[in-house]
Amino acid sequence: MTASVHSVAQVMAGPAGRRGWRARLAAWRVPLSILVLCLLPWVLPSQALAVNVLIYGLVAVGYNLLFGYTGMLSFGHAAFFGAGAYAAGLGIGQLGLPWYAAIPFGMLVGGALAFVVGLLSIRTRGIYFSMVTLALAQLVYYTALQATSLTGGENGLRGFTVARIELFGWPVDFLDPIKKYYVLMAFAAAALWFVSRVLGSPFGAVIEAIRENETRARACGYDVERSKVIAFTLSGLVCALAGTLFALHLAIVPLDTLSIQTSGMIVMMTLLGGAGSFFGPFIGALAFLLMEDVVALWTPHWQIVVGTVFILFVLFLPKGIWGTALAWRAGR
Amino acid sequence: MSAPLLAVENIGRRFGGFVALEGVTAAFEPNRVTAIIGPNGAGKSTFFNLLSGVLAPSAGTIRFKGRDITGTPQHRFVHLGIARSYQITNIFPELSVHENVRVAAQAFRARYDIWRPREAMSELDAKADAALAAVGLIGRRATTAKFLAHGQQRALEIAIALVADPELLLLDEPTAGMGPEETRDMVALLEKLAADRTVLLVEHKMKMILGLSDRILVLHHGRLIADGDPRHIQSDPEVRRVYLGQNDGYA
Repeated sequence: MTASVHSVAQVMAGPAGRRGWRARLAAWRVPLSILVLCLLPWVLPSQALAVNVLIYGLVAVGYNLLFGYTGMLSFGHAAFFGAGAYAAGLGIGQLGLPWYAAIPFGMLVGGALAFVVGLLSIRTRGIYFSMVTLALAQLVYYTALQATSLTGGENGLRGFTVARIELFGWPVDFLDPIKKYYVLMAFAAAALWFVSRVLGSPFGAVIEAIRENETRARACGYDVERSKVIAFTLSGLVCALAGTLFALHLAIVPLDTLSIQTSGMIVMMTLLGGAGSFFGPFIGALAFLLMEDVVALWTPHWQIVVGTVFILFVLFLPKGIWGTALAWRAGR
Repeated sequence: MSAPLLAVENIGRRFGGFVALEGVTAAFEPNRVTAIIGPNGAGKSTFFNLLSGVLAPSAGTIRFKGRDITGTPQHRFVHLGIARSYQITNIFPELSVHENVRVAAQAFRARYDIWRPREAMSELDAKADAALAAVGLIGRRATTAKFLAHGQQRALEIAIALVADPELLLLDEPTAGMGPEETRDMVALLEKLAADRTVLLVEHKMKMILGLSDRILVLHHGRLIADGDPRHIQSDPEVRRVYLGQNDGYA
């Protein structure tokens, strides 16, 4: 009898204890992420890889807001990433915007595009939603391909190199990769903080409720369609920010930025790391790009290896790297 | 006779050529329990879906507290004061029991706030816990909802509806799929709720309905064929023919 009482007490303490470390982890998730991002250029094999992890990790974070937390599988998020990149490049090259104005400009364009695509696509659900986002993203891709005079078509957008920036009066050599990394990182850190606030807000609870049960969320008094459009737009905004950073980093915008391959890669990174978790997307981006880097050393067909790993994850570890680690830790 | 809380006039719903409900007129007074019965396919669920805004009627009007609410979008209904449960358990499976009810309470406080921390609205926790206590689930508040027993999930769904403090509570087969013991608990809960609320109830368990309701509506082939107190309904020859006599299990 005593034994069973004891085990009941343990069972009761179990979830509370788990909630304890999870809550602590959640409270520190932004400072922790920033710390890791600060260390990234020094622990990864190359600085180029670090900046790619930063940018693609941020795209995946933005995508995760929609896919992982709202439960909507978009196949067109390259459109917002690319729109941010093209708009930032055009803003600097054509409109003569300073680099720091090109970032909000790119976000505005990418966010507006996400709002429109969101409005059109949320009328459908499931596979149809994915197909509508894919089709609209392809529309953006072909527009960029055809509007050669503006976008450079197949050659990508060029001619907006930012070599030198002023930071609070201090000149910074923007061609120095490590300095550039930390400037771009500051924006990514701000975005992470923003996403963390959104996820912890009442609206964050609403989108999770929609993911869990759309019918019930509606019956609870939430305007599901409007909430989805807001989530879609916020997600697009973050991806567009990543796009502007990408443009500043490369000083060109390849047409590929808008391609279906990019959309697919965003989905893969998010799933690989763990959709619906805060750290998952960055871990997914890191794992994906590391694999690409390492495998590409001995075979040009690195996609075969990465693709196989991805399939294995979807089949056997659908919660991704971080989600599986969390579940394993909680189950112990 | 007091003014009706809810009044439907000649409402109907067609799906293409199929008439699911036609020409139903009824008024519901406050603080009474009304059961809606009828054989499968009689139009009970359609009737409920019209009353909760899931479907818009293709004919007729719905008035709530004297106001025409026909065609109001579904998500507005709970704000008007009409909450419902579903025939098939409809909860947020991956959220904790407490979060299930909290998010329902939040709809009256913050729907689009993307900035303030959730924890700042601590009054929602108190509201959620009060609703959980009312249905006897307070001890399971930290449990992930999908791990609850079936009967407890149904009770959770009622807590989700209750936290809205609705004037009209629509319950679609609250004891569906329950064993005798769970049913007894649910009936006790419903009796408690019925004391100070207006309840509309779709149910199959006849014994339970007769004990619980003040009034019974009988639907058959999408039409209202009888409307009255339980004693009157039991002796109605038409009702006996289409419903009660069919299956002794119900009677």
